[in-house]
Order: sequence, then structure tokens, then C-alpha cells
Amino acid sequence: MKIKSILRNISRHSMFFPITCLIIVLVINLIKTPTFFHVSINNGVLYGYIIDILNRASELVILAIGMTLVVACSGGTDISVGAVSAVAGAITIYLLVGPMSSGDYRMPYVLAILLGLLGAVLCGMFNGFLIARLKIQPMVATLILYTAGRGIAQVITQGFIIYVRKEEFKYLGNFIPGIPVPTPIIIATIVLILTNLLLKKTALGLYIQTVGVNRRAAKLVGLNSSLFIFLVYAFSGLCAGISGMIITSRVYSIDANNAGLNIELDAILAVAIGGNRLDGGKFSLAGSIVGAITIQALTTTLYAMKVTADQLPVYKAIVVVFIVVIQSSEFKRYIGKLLSRITKHGDRKQVEV
Amino acid sequence: MNNEVILTMRGIDKKFPGVTALSKVDFTLRSGEVHALMGENGAGKSTLIKVLTGVEALDGGEIRIKGVDHPVVNSSPQEAQKYGISTVYQEINLCPNLSVAENIFLGREPKKWGRIDWKTINQKATEILDVFQIEIDVTKPIENYSVAIQQMVAIARAVDISSKVLILDEPTSSLDEHEVEKLFSVMSKLKDMGIGIIFITHFLEEVYRISDRITILRNGIRVGEYETNSLPRVQLVAKMMGKEYDELTTIKNVGSYEAKDYEDKLLETEQLGRMGSIKPFDFLLHKGEVVGLAGLLGSGRSEMSRVIYGADRADTGQAYWKGEKIAVHAPMDAMKIGMAYLPENRMVEGIFPELSVRENIIIALQAKTGIWKLMSSKEQEAFADKYIELLQIKTPNIDAPIKNLSGGNQQKVIFARWLLTNPELLILDEPTRGIDVGTKTEIQKLVLELAGQGKSIIFISSEIEEMLRVCSRMVVLRDGNKICELSGDELGQKQIMETIAGGDISGEN
Repeated sequence: MKIKSILRNISRHSMFFPITCLIIVLVINLIKTPTFFHVSINNGVLYGYIIDILNRASELVILAIGMTLVVACSGGTDISVGAVSAVAGAITIYLLVGPMSSGDYRMPYVLAILLGLLGAVLCGMFNGFLIARLKIQPMVATLILYTAGRGIAQVITQGFIIYVRKEEFKYLGNFIPGIPVPTPIIIATIVLILTNLLLKKTALGLYIQTVGVNRRAAKLVGLNSSLFIFLVYAFSGLCAGISGMIITSRVYSIDANNAGLNIELDAILAVAIGGNRLDGGKFSLAGSIVGAITIQALTTTLYAMKVTADQLPVYKAIVVVFIVVIQSSEFKRYIGKLLSRITKHGDRKQVEV
Repeated sequence: MNNEVILTMRGIDKKFPGVTALSKVDFTLRSGEVHALMGENGAGKSTLIKVLTGVEALDGGEIRIKGVDHPVVNSSPQEAQKYGISTVYQEINLCPNLSVAENIFLGREPKKWGRIDWKTINQKATEILDVFQIEIDVTKPIENYSVAIQQMVAIARAVDISSKVLILDEPTSSLDEHEVEKLFSVMSKLKDMGIGIIFITHFLEEVYRISDRITILRNGIRVGEYETNSLPRVQLVAKMMGKEYDELTTIKNVGSYEAKDYEDKLLETEQLGRMGSIKPFDFLLHKGEVVGLAGLLGSGRSEMSRVIYGADRADTGQAYWKGEKIAVHAPMDAMKIGMAYLPENRMVEGIFPELSVRENIIIALQAKTGIWKLMSSKEQEAFADKYIELLQIKTPNIDAPIKNLSGGNQQKVIFARWLLTNPELLILDEPTRGIDVGTKTEIQKLVLELAGQGKSIIFISSEIEEMLRVCSRMVVLRDGNKICELSGDELGQKQIMETIAGGDISGEN
């Protein structure tokens, strides 16, 4: 009896499904690749499938953090984040080396990064203004930068793919000498910790949920709903900027057409897989992060199964449909009904487990 | 005018989980009449309309329409329209960016060679509107025109689809006086055409101006059907509120407080008002005083309190707090001064359904103290525990979502939320609506207790008796206007009803 009730409690926990999905993906990997969980140190850096997945998932994790707050507070999504990360990358690289690929910095590296991030935050604020102040639907408002963002990035780079031929530029997206953990993982962890502190140590987390659950009631308890909606979009812009820095550093170049392409959809998906309601309200950062890692694990797995890049979306879609369906409340209710019907016919043991 | 019956509803039953919305309700509509459907909140007016138009399925009873030899069961508004029943809602459902003509012919466009015949559409639309003396350019998008015009276009459209029964749901609530006149003249034309109109409104004036007959509902039961010109206003109000007029004179003032002299002014307003919701009003509230705002739904009782609290921004006038000028632009301004506001509609504006009881209790105080000073979970728990104990809120634990609680307990949580901010003025809009009798009494007691502690209270309720029990003074409102104040000996059900009803006090109409 006790085990059963514990099991029931676990299965009702909001993190149950996201984690189950991740475990399923990982177990499949383990069967295919027995060395899947093997982590070794080669040339002073960590090496292994797991590390690779976490590393590749970093941009997505960062975007998913911003997206979670956007969804929770406004009940909408920010589809501009991929394009905004391209803008941020374009600004930083252009400021560093100018329109021609080169190895000489024209301004201090840190300053260029900060200005790139500033550009991303301004993009986010633009979204926030449209949504919070002008009450434009989030999807439509962020569609503007979704389409225009890459154009802006093109204008900045003057249509070139600009390379940075300097070893230090690769640190952000790869390894910093002497540190065995890939830098993206470190950055994602820092963003997560800081965001979590901000949400848990101030009333921001509560305010965001309050506004997301019931905007009208939030107004009557004195909360400025528009302000918080504005802020989450600005924050989502910042997250997009940070990912943009990692993305460009990985390939030490900016390609305005392809940097962060379609990543906004994965970010929204990560939030959904994480068990968050897409109409706003209560949220779970942890869920979204598990979701982001699941998506990356899935991608890596499919590549390992020799699925080609152009076929990848099909397989991904199938898995995603499965994950989303088993999480839907309708499906759970249906299963619940089915189970209770079986219970009536006896054989309780099977049902409880 | 002939008086042929065109619609009968017999013994209509409708149950929602836990509530009986309609119980054996009869309703008869004759051709060429305007039939007002009256009742307070929750009386069942909208449910009756929804059942008639197929928005909701009925649980019992039958609907018959002239010319149809079997009982009609509508499963959708479209089906109802086939039987000649059309509705024009308060929120007009037209396509704002289509032209007037397109809106009138939407879904039934005249065609020529398989293509839409624009010439005929525009010409016909102009003709249709001419009947109602509306002269506008039918090729312009409908959003260019005022709400009043939009409404008439909606009516014209409904009538052109050969309606026998036209339902107007609060059509005048967003119109100005001139526009109301225009609407009434359109309604008169429709009457002459033999159309039966079901007219839902909260404005008594309008009922007496335009309607021929009145059906009154109360708590899902039909109180009766009356000829408008033989039902005095006071009787109408009394029936809506569930009291027979003769009975009123014998009921004594049930107020349980002693008349006191209040000295300290707390809140004072000078011509505070807001266009389209509440006309400028003067109001004075003392420390420790409980003042009721009486009136029917839509009379401006809620609107007045919202303007004071800053939930709706006042656009004229000035308010004073303890003699000093105050500017309340948003609820936070009011909260900082020391006000608290319990909204009329708990589900829509009160609770945060998915959040826990604890979060629902502390949110107002947390909003007031600001984003940087988050209460520790210990503090939060202590506050929540204290008020759960104090108000005897029944909840499995403090972290249960508030949506799992009963209505009465949800309301207590909202009380707790505001008491925690230690306000000097509590504005309570229908604090006991939809709550069981036991909790109701508890809340009334609580209000008197708070007043005893020196807090001031603005109390709004549809139940006059309840107001008499807790209020020492009453402000009466009608049609967005503060009419007068009653206190002392004037505080009796009869006087209040008469004032709410307005018009001729004698009861003779």
C-alpha cells in the first residue's frame, strides 16, 4: 500500500512526465550505445555523449528560461528569439572585426559583447512595448522581429558571412583553457542560477505567476501587469542575446541567415514538454530545462541513429506528438477512465502500478 | 397591433452542476410587443435566453413557435435563427473590418454569375437601413461607425433574415441618450412590423418607456408576467428583490447598530465621476462608518466604488483623504492610502485560481511592500495560518489551490488578503454573493466587527435586508446617478425600494 501511494504521489508530481520523457530517450540511447553515459577526460577537457548533449543544449536551455517567463506572464510566446540571437551575434562580430573577416579586434571584446546583448535587450523591449502597451497579440508582435530580425542582421553584416580569426573568440562556444567543462554549460548554469535567485529571492516569481493566472485580479491587488509583461519580453531578448553569443562563438562567425534558425520553436517546445501551460500562470523553470535537454538528447540520438539532418524534423515531430499527447489532460483523463474501468473488473494489482 | 402568441416556453428547467438556474419557467411572447425580461443578477435571464437560442440545451420543458407544429429544440444559434429567433448582444458580433453592407449580407451574399453582386448588396443594404432612417455609407467598414449604428446594423441584419422574435440583450448600456431615442424609434418600427421583441435591460426608465409587458425572474423562478402600465415601479423593484410591496411596510428596520455621531472624516469626494459609467458624485465617509450603496445592477453602485478605488480611473472631480487631496490613478495608489477592494465578481477579478491559498492571502500585502522585500515562507505561512484560523477558512492545507475551495471559503480568503494589508477603508462589492447562509452571516458579523474597530466600510449588496443589517447610511443610485442618501428613520425597505425605483413614489405609477 505504502509503495503504491508513493508511486501515485510521484506520478502526480508536475515533473513526472518531463523526467520520464528524458529517461526514456536516455535509456534508448543506452541500449543503442552502451558507452552512452561514459565520461572521460581527453586533452584536459570532459568528453562523452552526455557532455555533448548538455553542451549542445545550452543555447536552448537559456532561451527556454526566457520563454518560460514569457509564457507564464503573458500567456503568449516569443517567436523572435532565433532572429534576435542572430542580431546580437551580428552586432558583436561587426563591432569586433568590421565587415571583412579578420583577426584584429577593433574594440574591447567585452564591450562588443555587452553592446550585442544591449541590442538583443532593445529587441526584447520592442516586443514588450508592442505587447504590454499596445496590446498586440504576442504571436503577431514577435512575428515582426521574427521576419525583420534576420534582415536587420544582414544589414549590420552588409550581407557577408563574417569570420573572426582569433582563437580567444572560440572560448565562449567551446572551452576556456584550463577548464574541463564546456563554456556553454557554464554560461547556461549561471543564467539558470541567477534567474532562479531573482525569481525566488524577490517577489518577481510570484508577481509573474499572479499576472499570468489572472491579469484583471492582479490589477486590483495593485500589480502593474503591463510592466511585468514588458519586462519578461525584455528578459527574453537578453536570453536570446546570450545564446547568440554562444552560437556565433561556436562557429566563430556570423551567418545572419542561419544563426539560431528555428531555435525559437524548440524553445517553445521545451516549455511545453516541461509541463508548463502555454496559456500562462504557474510555471516550472526546472521543467523547461528538462524539456530543452530532452529535445537536444533526441536530436543527438537521431543523428546517432544515422538520421540525416533534412529528415530529422520528421522523426522529431513523431516523438514530440507522442510526448505532448501523453501530457495532455484529456489523455490523462481518458487513461484514468480506462484504468478505473479495468479496476472494476478486478485485478487491481496491474492497475495500481 | 395584433396580439397573436408567437413564442411560448413552458416549464423550462435548466440545471448546472450544483445550481438550478431555471425551474419550471414559463414565458410567452406575442407579436408586435416589447416584452421586458427583468431580474437581478443570477435570476436566470441570460440562461433563459441561452436555452431559447440554443446556446445551452434545456433539461426540461418545451418551446413552441407559431407556425411550427412540433416543440422546437434548438441546438445552436444558427438553428434558432432558422425558426426566426435572432439575438443582438451587448457586445455586438459583427465583423469590424467588413463594410456595413457585407455585414448585413454576410453568409447569404446575392450572387451573379457565381460572383458576389456588389451592386445589389450595396443597394439592398441602403434600402434596408432606409427603413430605419439610418443614412450611412454602406460601403465603409462598420468599425468607422459608432456603437449605436453598429447595433442598428446588427438589428437590421437580424430583421432582414426574416426574424419573428428579436432578442435585445442590454442594447442601451453603451449608448448615449440621443442614441437610445433612435434605438427606441427603431424598436417601435419593428413592433409595427409585427416582430416580438424580448428586451433585457437594467434601466427601469427604459422599461416603462418602451415595453408593453414585463416578465420578472428571481432565483431561476418566474415571479410573474405583468402589463407594464399596470405594474407600479415600486412593485416591480419589490418583485425583483423578492418582497411583496405590502409586506415591506410591516418589516421593521433590522439594523443592529446604534445611530452615532461620526466626527473624523475619512474620505470625501467632490464631483468625482467617469464618463459613461458614473456621473459626478459627492460623497462623505467617516471613520468607523458603514455606508451602503444601494441600487439595481447597472445603477452605478459598483462603478462608484471602482472609481473611488482607482480600478477605473476617474476623469472628473477630486477626492480627499482625511482632508487632504489625493490622486488615485491606479489601485496601488488607493492601497497605499489605506483602501482595500473586494470585487463584485470573485471568479473573474478576485481569485487567482491556480495559486495556493497562502499565495492568494499574501499577494496584496506583497504587492504593497514591493518586489525587493519578499516575505519569507515562514512569514507567509504565519500570516496564512493566522487568517485561516481567524476567519475559519476551510481548506485542506495552506498550499492547496484556491480553486478547490468552496465559494464561501474563497471569499474569506479574499477578505483575509485585504485584512492583512490593514486597511482603513474596505470597499466590499457583493461580499456575500453565491455564498451559503452560514458564511453569509459570518461575513456580516465580520463587517460590523471591523467597523467597531474603527475601520470604514463601503458595502454593496443586491439584498436590501443585508444592507439594512450592516449599514448606518445608504447612498441610492439609479441609472448611473447618485440620487440621494438615506439615514436614520429613512432607512427602511420601503423607502429604499421607492427611491431605487424612482418615478412616482405613490406606487400608482
